[in-house]
Amino acid sequence: MKEATDLVLEVKNLKTVFFTNSGLFKAVDDVSFTVRRGETLAIVGESGCGKSVTALSLMRLVPDPPGRIVGGSVTLEGTELLALDETRMRAIRGNRISMIFQEPMTSLNPVMRIGDQIAEAVRLHRAMPNREAQDIAVEMLRLVRIPEPARRAREYPHQLSGGMRQRAMIAMALACRPALLIADEPTTALDVTIQAQILALILDLQKELGTGLVLITHDLGVVAQTAQRVIVMYAGKKVEEASVEALFAAPKHPYTRGLMASIPAVPASGLAAQARLNEIPGTVPSLVRLPPGCPFAPRCKLAIKHCEAEYPPLADWGGGHLAACWRAAEIAEVA
Amino acid sequence: MFAYLVRRLFLMLVTLFGISVVIFFLLRIVPGNIVDILFAAAGYVDPADKATLEKELGIDQPLVVQYLHWIGGFLRGDFGYSYVSEKPALQEILPRIPITARLAGLALLFSASIGIPLGVISAVKQGTRLDYALRVISLSGLSLPSFWLGLLILTASVAMFGQMPIFNPNPQTYLEAFATYAVPAAAVGFRSAALTMRITRSSMLEVLRQDYIRTARAKGASDAAVNYQHALKNAILPVITVIGIEAAFLIGGLIVTETVFNIPGVARFLVEAIRWRDYPIVQNLVMLIAVVVVSANFIVDMLYAVFDPRIRYTD
Repeated sequence: MKEATDLVLEVKNLKTVFFTNSGLFKAVDDVSFTVRRGETLAIVGESGCGKSVTALSLMRLVPDPPGRIVGGSVTLEGTELLALDETRMRAIRGNRISMIFQEPMTSLNPVMRIGDQIAEAVRLHRAMPNREAQDIAVEMLRLVRIPEPARRAREYPHQLSGGMRQRAMIAMALACRPALLIADEPTTALDVTIQAQILALILDLQKELGTGLVLITHDLGVVAQTAQRVIVMYAGKKVEEASVEALFAAPKHPYTRGLMASIPAVPASGLAAQARLNEIPGTVPSLVRLPPGCPFAPRCKLAIKHCEAEYPPLADWGGGHLAACWRAAEIAEVA
Repeated sequence: MFAYLVRRLFLMLVTLFGISVVIFFLLRIVPGNIVDILFAAAGYVDPADKATLEKELGIDQPLVVQYLHWIGGFLRGDFGYSYVSEKPALQEILPRIPITARLAGLALLFSASIGIPLGVISAVKQGTRLDYALRVISLSGLSLPSFWLGLLILTASVAMFGQMPIFNPNPQTYLEAFATYAVPAAAVGFRSAALTMRITRSSMLEVLRQDYIRTARAKGASDAAVNYQHALKNAILPVITVIGIEAAFLIGGLIVTETVFNIPGVARFLVEAIRWRDYPIVQNLVMLIAVVVVSANFIVDMLYAVFDPRIRYTD
């Protein structure tokens, strides 16, 4: 019973397609997952695997045209988002579900003061005079640990560093205390030292506010530090899902194994450094004309005839560890 | 900000000085002066008479002296006397200015108040029938010379109403005044409105692709708030530039429009004065127009600083 009320987000069989000149492609194909209160779910994959489109689909911000959500359901705190009209969706966007983007340099409006941009987010969802909203904006800037928040609130984005801007974005996203926060590669564009600070900040605030977090990243190091559960996406499909411990202990999908192998390891003392980084050969296939079988098969060392003929079902390998691979059973021995 | 303002003001003065030199010497390069024209018309030339008249008008002196004499007078507000009417040039010019100013102001108002909203609509509805229709209309606006449009309007009003709009020098009510100026202003302003619309459209399309527009939507802002508060505020800068440039170009359009609609404004008067080589009128009038154009540019620069904090704070 407790589990049911704890559920913030439930995504079932989400399908988002893009209609382009070269044909229709399935950017998100039959993806399901859930996020609980205070939980962090990481979505991992290479560029073009559909993780950002998944995030935009949750916000119902997929640019239409060319994109459209064609199936599935997205339930936030018991409300089916895909059934809402635009006006009711707007009341939820930025209020119960909000999002931080990858590029802090370009995600803030250059001609509006930071404080005004945060206050706008507040006033869109809470009826209050501008003065009060401005006070909340300053309070939010303090919460994201920006020094001299009252002064910064009167400044423009170009007067802030990249890290500061991302903090301001976080302040804006959390201003209405959303139930779910989506962070789309929030640290990718930042310096390494700032990355750790921003991640720590997001996690602290998440704990403090009890927000559910969907963290989109291609960085497995970040995943290991932050998430409780992980889904791995490839070519628009969810290929593996597991708790962080299970995934790192025994990845079931060859793609996940490939991602992990391509993390550069610090050589143990006395041993020679690895000569060359491991990589997964090839790139994510064009989503327009996907073969009938497993889209990873052409890049997979373990692929067999059957892989190219039929898409493998998403099977449960125990303890909620899901993977879609014909050879998942043998993978431990083969690799 | 202050440094920006001072630098712009200084540049403005330098520009005006340059313009005054160019106007003065270009006018002297044009063959013939008023004395030549008068004597040619009479068909008789007595070199002594000619020299007397030239001396009387001061056009026998060295060019540099003439220039200093003129620019000194201009700065003091002493415009000299018209060669043709022999009345003070200022008296000839001043009463004509409000007519042209109203016409130009109304034309600019038309172009901004029609061009900007239509440009936004066209961008937001990109690829729809409305967008295509607006683009075709704006293209026609850019291709129609204003004098031809003026002639079409006159012909059409004669054909449909049996009369044409006649310039009313002393309108009694605001409505009458508006009616007097609206038609010629629309004829001149159509082109600027079309240009403003196209620039607004392309600038909006550029801005609507930006990340911060997505951020605004992610906050839950409505389409209207996103388009007019977030996007237009960023997209307006190139539009301001174009309107500023149009304000200058308008003078050219007004010369023909004032002629077509028979309006006793500054622009038509200037053409007449050039025909007679009426130096005091031409020099001072062109200089006044230059001051207006340079001031319009200055205002554009200031508006830039108002709309874009990145400019305001770089100094």
